[in-house]
Amino acid sequence: MTGTTAEPLLVVDDLVVEYPTKGLRRPPFRALKGASLDIRPGECVGLVGESGSGKTTLGRAVLGLAPVTGGSITFRGREIGNLSRSQRRSLSDDIQVVFQDPYSSLNPSLTIEQTLSEPLRVKHVSAADASRRVRELLDRVGLPSDAAGRLPREFSGGQRQRIAIARALALEPALIVCDEPVSALDLSTQARVLDLFLEIQEATGVSYLFVSHDLAVVRHLSHRVAVMYHGEIVEFGDGDQVTSAPENPYTQRLLLAAPVADPDRQEQRRADRRRLLDQQREAEAQASV
Amino acid sequence: MSASTNPTTPDVGASIRAAHTPLVRRMLRNGTGLTAIVILAIVILAAILAPLLTGSDPNRASVQDLLEPARAGHPLGFDAAGRDVFARLVYGARYTLLGALLATAVAALLGVVSGLIAGYYQKWFENVSSWVVSVVMALPAIVVLLAARAVLGPSLWLAMIVFGILLSPAFYRLVFTAVVNVRNELFVDAARVSGVRDLSIIGRHILSVVRAPIIIQAATVAGISIAIQAGLDFLGLGDQSIPTWGNMLNDAFAKMYQTPTLLLWPSLAIAITSVALVLFANTLRDELERSGRPRRRRARRADLRTTALPVATSAVPVESAAETVLHDEEADDRPVLLEVSDLRVGYDQPDGSITQVVDGVSLRVRRGEVHGLIGESGSGKTQTAWSILHLLPVGGRVLGGSIVFDGRDLARESGTAMRRLRGKRIAYIPQEPMSNLDPSFTIGSQLVEPMVVTLGIPRAEAKKRALALLARVGIPQPERAFAAYPHEVSGGMAQRVLIAGAVSCDPDLVIADEPTTALDVTVQAEILELLRELQKDLHVSVLIVTHNFGVVADLCDQVSVMQAGRIVESGPVRAIFRDPRHPYTRSLFEAILEDGAARGPLELASDRHTAPEGTR
Repeated sequence: MTGTTAEPLLVVDDLVVEYPTKGLRRPPFRALKGASLDIRPGECVGLVGESGSGKTTLGRAVLGLAPVTGGSITFRGREIGNLSRSQRRSLSDDIQVVFQDPYSSLNPSLTIEQTLSEPLRVKHVSAADASRRVRELLDRVGLPSDAAGRLPREFSGGQRQRIAIARALALEPALIVCDEPVSALDLSTQARVLDLFLEIQEATGVSYLFVSHDLAVVRHLSHRVAVMYHGEIVEFGDGDQVTSAPENPYTQRLLLAAPVADPDRQEQRRADRRRLLDQQREAEAQASV
Repeated sequence: MSASTNPTTPDVGASIRAAHTPLVRRMLRNGTGLTAIVILAIVILAAILAPLLTGSDPNRASVQDLLEPARAGHPLGFDAAGRDVFARLVYGARYTLLGALLATAVAALLGVVSGLIAGYYQKWFENVSSWVVSVVMALPAIVVLLAARAVLGPSLWLAMIVFGILLSPAFYRLVFTAVVNVRNELFVDAARVSGVRDLSIIGRHILSVVRAPIIIQAATVAGISIAIQAGLDFLGLGDQSIPTWGNMLNDAFAKMYQTPTLLLWPSLAIAITSVALVLFANTLRDELERSGRPRRRRARRADLRTTALPVATSAVPVESAAETVLHDEEADDRPVLLEVSDLRVGYDQPDGSITQVVDGVSLRVRRGEVHGLIGESGSGKTQTAWSILHLLPVGGRVLGGSIVFDGRDLARESGTAMRRLRGKRIAYIPQEPMSNLDPSFTIGSQLVEPMVVTLGIPRAEAKKRALALLARVGIPQPERAFAAYPHEVSGGMAQRVLIAGAVSCDPDLVIADEPTTALDVTVQAEILELLRELQKDLHVSVLIVTHNFGVVADLCDQVSVMQAGRIVESGPVRAIFRDPRHPYTRSLFEAILEDGAARGPLELASDRHTAPEGTR
């Protein structure tokens, strides 16, 4: 028996996030309208949706970077939705992040060593230990140890993303929120970074909340997949099933919208998509009658 | 490298300094900067070493020496009260500089701290501080200084403190805007998630970004306070008991006709110091801006190619074989519309060299054909498209080869000839729909204007055509979209508008640069559908630049794969998808995830039966 249990690590229940809008008496903007999902230890849950669907907001709420107005976020049985900043800091060993943009997620004026040792120094790790750990981390993500003394601008997008992953791993967290971590990368770089994510999960048993707009990416990496649309989770279940035979009409549209890299199959998919859209329009018309 | 050979982390300060040495060195290498620094150093040293430079007491008046000319030990002679002018000048530097320093320090302290807090926390503090700052800025400085003197007495230090408060908005505004920009950077969020305290985030991540502008502002403010301080003293409103340059001016003014040289020395000192401060600020700003550009360019280039680091992530190794794999053409009797041969494009570098980004590209687009140009970022695909349009950014130019469009070599055409061709015969669909519409004009006027100019038709007819086009590209209420401003429509709508604009003048060739990359998948599918229909209806040729094999499979007849400025494989779309021959093309196909197996459920014995997931 391993130590892992089926008890979820993170439970997001009926989460509502509202951003205040400028102007008197304007209703706040509701980015999340009661979203629920859970993540088990060692699991990767993919969160797919289009821009503005609220998927990034959900990740940011878990990280304590978005205001939680309703519902709850429970991590290891503890409510973390509305922690103060100082309480939140204690969670940094448990929940970490990899952002989408590898350019703005690293401070351009700090060396890689300074960036990577920052979370360690916060935990009062000695300078010597931090330095050793930085080298381990660089090795872990496939970068040479002489990368430590360099500045972010000397690295390509894929390498920067590896550095961001190393920073997330520094405190050996239980959960990493990955916010579109491969969307800004080229196809071949993307595949390698995804493999790194897989390899790290298999080696360390960390959980991922993997936010992406790309069904194929999510399918490749996720045990379970949640689909978000207009601030709500419209479908949540087994990764294979959601990404190949979805039940929700929106997920079906999403699946057939992505072009396949094969002229003949794409032609087929185009026809399928047209048929599906017609069907859904018809169903809608009937429902409204 | 093992930990034992490298026992300590490098000192943070040291490495930050190291990262900035080039700037200091650049300042010293810049003639103006060096002059300013030398002058400031001399003035500061003179002030510090005043007792060593002169044996005279600046305040000792001697009746015998009234307005005496220079003599040994007294290089500048004596003033109207028989005081040594040189001594007053160097001691005056002390008071003047300390006064300026005080004003600058007060202004910087108030402005920077409040700017940091307001920018980082925003909310109510921002509102309150903006109010206070607006009030302070509205106060007339001289009146406040005079009032302060009336209440507090003629003290140099008090006047400078008051002046510092009056100048603090300059720092506040600067820091506030900088912080608001930086705090939205993801590295600040990442630091918060890492558990870094707010104070360290501000000190480490935010201050480091606004440091340089603060220095520039401080130099300017110091210059202003020297001038103001001299002005107050000159008017006789300062503390007459201490030697300052302003007081010297005041004294000399009374004897202007007898010994005009007395005016000269303090004026020179004030002028030279103020000018040196301003020049210092300006060169620092220039050097910072200059360092910004090449650095960014270098960063991008690092992306384009394999970087200096021999790391696993670096792109697939460039094939040594420079040969292009050409698949057999399908029999096609459509005439060739565009024939690019051996095109080379390069960018001029500041050091006079040229960086080549397109290295001998040849491709052919027939009439009515959709040709896909696919590659990863930095492969030169967009550069190729831009050079066909003559729209290369500053510094870029065609180095060689030809671009024959319908019998004319565009590589040799003039700018005016190209202007006539673009829009009318060659149209362009950009990647970012939103940034390619002017936010201050309605969508309608942006469609009508080009038609009036290019086709020479009357406005009313152009409007009719524009409305028809909007309907044609699938915009539900064309009249409403016609009257709308770009910010009022979605990204997908904006792209439809741009497509309408591109086909509005009946072009022969449309160049589409990643036309769906910025869009959501469902919107992308609609736009692809639209492009396909329009292409069939209008029988237009399309050169589509993309990184997405799905888009190529969906739209294209022919495809060329680009890598590092070359075309590595080219041919009919089905031939390439069935039988990719170049190793680079094959590696790209292997990286496609679409067909891959799903990961499957989490392997846990205990959770097999706990999964009625909440489907909403």
